[in-house]
Amino acid sequence: MKQRLGMLIAATALATAFAAHAQPAPKKAAPKAPAKSAITAEFEKFREVLEEDNPAELFEARGEEIWKTRKGPDGASMAQCDLGLGPGVVKGAYVRMPRWFADVGQVMDAERRVVHCMVKYLGYKEEDIRKQPFSNEQRTPDHVSVVTYVAAQSRGMKIAAPQKHPKEIETYQIGKEIFAYRAGPYDFSCATCHGADGMRIRTQDLPNLRKPDQAVRAYQGWPGYRMTGGFMLTQQWRMNDCFRQQRFPEPNYLSDSVTALLAYMTVTANGQVYKGPGIKR
Amino acid sequence: MADPMKIRAQMKGDTADIRVLMSHAMETGQRKDNAGNTVPAHYIQSITVDVGGKRVLQGQTGPAISRNPVFGFKVKGAKAGDKVVINWVDNKGDKRTDEATIG
Amino acid sequence: MDAFRRTLLKGAGATGAIAAALAAGVLKPSQVLAAEINRAAFEAKDIAGALKGIGASGAAESKDVVIRAPDIAENGAVVPVDVASNIPNTISLAVLVDKNPFPLTSAFDFANGAVPEMALRVKMGQTSLVEVVAKTADGKFYIAKKEVKVTVGGCGG
Repeated sequence: MKQRLGMLIAATALATAFAAHAQPAPKKAAPKAPAKSAITAEFEKFREVLEEDNPAELFEARGEEIWKTRKGPDGASMAQCDLGLGPGVVKGAYVRMPRWFADVGQVMDAERRVVHCMVKYLGYKEEDIRKQPFSNEQRTPDHVSVVTYVAAQSRGMKIAAPQKHPKEIETYQIGKEIFAYRAGPYDFSCATCHGADGMRIRTQDLPNLRKPDQAVRAYQGWPGYRMTGGFMLTQQWRMNDCFRQQRFPEPNYLSDSVTALLAYMTVTANGQVYKGPGIKR
Repeated sequence: MADPMKIRAQMKGDTADIRVLMSHAMETGQRKDNAGNTVPAHYIQSITVDVGGKRVLQGQTGPAISRNPVFGFKVKGAKAGDKVVINWVDNKGDKRTDEATIG
Repeated sequence: MDAFRRTLLKGAGATGAIAAALAAGVLKPSQVLAAEINRAAFEAKDIAGALKGIGASGAAESKDVVIRAPDIAENGAVVPVDVASNIPNTISLAVLVDKNPFPLTSAFDFANGAVPEMALRVKMGQTSLVEVVAKTADGKFYIAKKEVKVTVGGCGG
């Protein structure tokens, strides 16, 4: 654990060096906005309308097609992909990750596992995926659609990320520590914005990720359909962007730190019902 | 080719409630890409809906319809089992037709 | 298609030419709609021009044309707008956004049991009036307006 945090600290020192010619201070999350402002109430009224017909379904359908019909160069398919509940089992798998996967000797979050399987069975090249891990207006990568499909197959189910294997517990602990770890040019941590009730950035309410009923809001937001631009973004993206917003160096795609943060958030949300994929502003 | 539409059609009383999601960029022609080049306008221009073999709706749309369009509408007198056929055509002549059955 | 003879959508004078072209086999059916696009209305750059383009200049304001849209939109790229007409014999609805570069967003004709009611999502570049026009079978136009404020973004949730 020390080692991983050490890596983060080293990176932070680098970021601090860059901060010498940093931009103007980021707008801090305004403390203690009223529990629910009129503007939030207005957003929520129409949020239901938006959720009712979520274009995420289009990507879900694309992911399903890849999962069910695509074949790798050796004729393998995602039917061989074990998301933790047995080869090819998708239903309910999403809400039970991150988890320990003995075949690779790692704790993997859903996105990491999906990418692993697409490389192993469908012949995708990991370096290609790393070239564009996240969607943009031009292109939503295949693995993002598959993650969306996998997530949708757990809709309505209780979140139940396991905490049995010692590595699962350790990963959660590391995530908890990173969450509270203040560093970077502005001395931010995840908890600066997400560690108390009633925080917001501009008009957006920010969930307190230490509480199950709020952690689930963040959990089910991603993968989510981003209305700005109109494409799908994943939890890996969300975590990356939180690092960016804190002026930390961005983690490598599918890094251990992000899996750890996801484990912390997911385990905190355990027992809550998953209603994603999301639709976000 | 364009991705399939997602069509949901459900009877509520004597009225069919029909919702459709379409996969389309709906480019306005005013946006610039990362390289600074204007992305050409590309948007759905016309929509038709037939229920039970009859044209119930026709629409024309401009680029101000949101990306990946969503439409919802209601048809009185439709029945469970009726076929819903939705078609769109865009300004480049791309088109797509999908079907669903009212449940 | 007879049910749609007097709709908002046909550009003036286009119908006859289309019919002739169809008879002559010049146009494939799928092209007919594109050819019939009411360009004058969709290409109008101000609300007056767009209303004129659909023949609705001087439409009477009516509370029976209903607009359900947020007072403040969370994101101008996707503003959910539900529109409906309670005026008997409404055959068409058009949705316009005053301050968009091209105010006419869409127009819909209803027939054969379709209720004059439409849920859609539009882009709004800035705070603006949303205007909805209903046309009845006897050729009358009614209009309603609602202001929707567009906010600047947060962090993306």
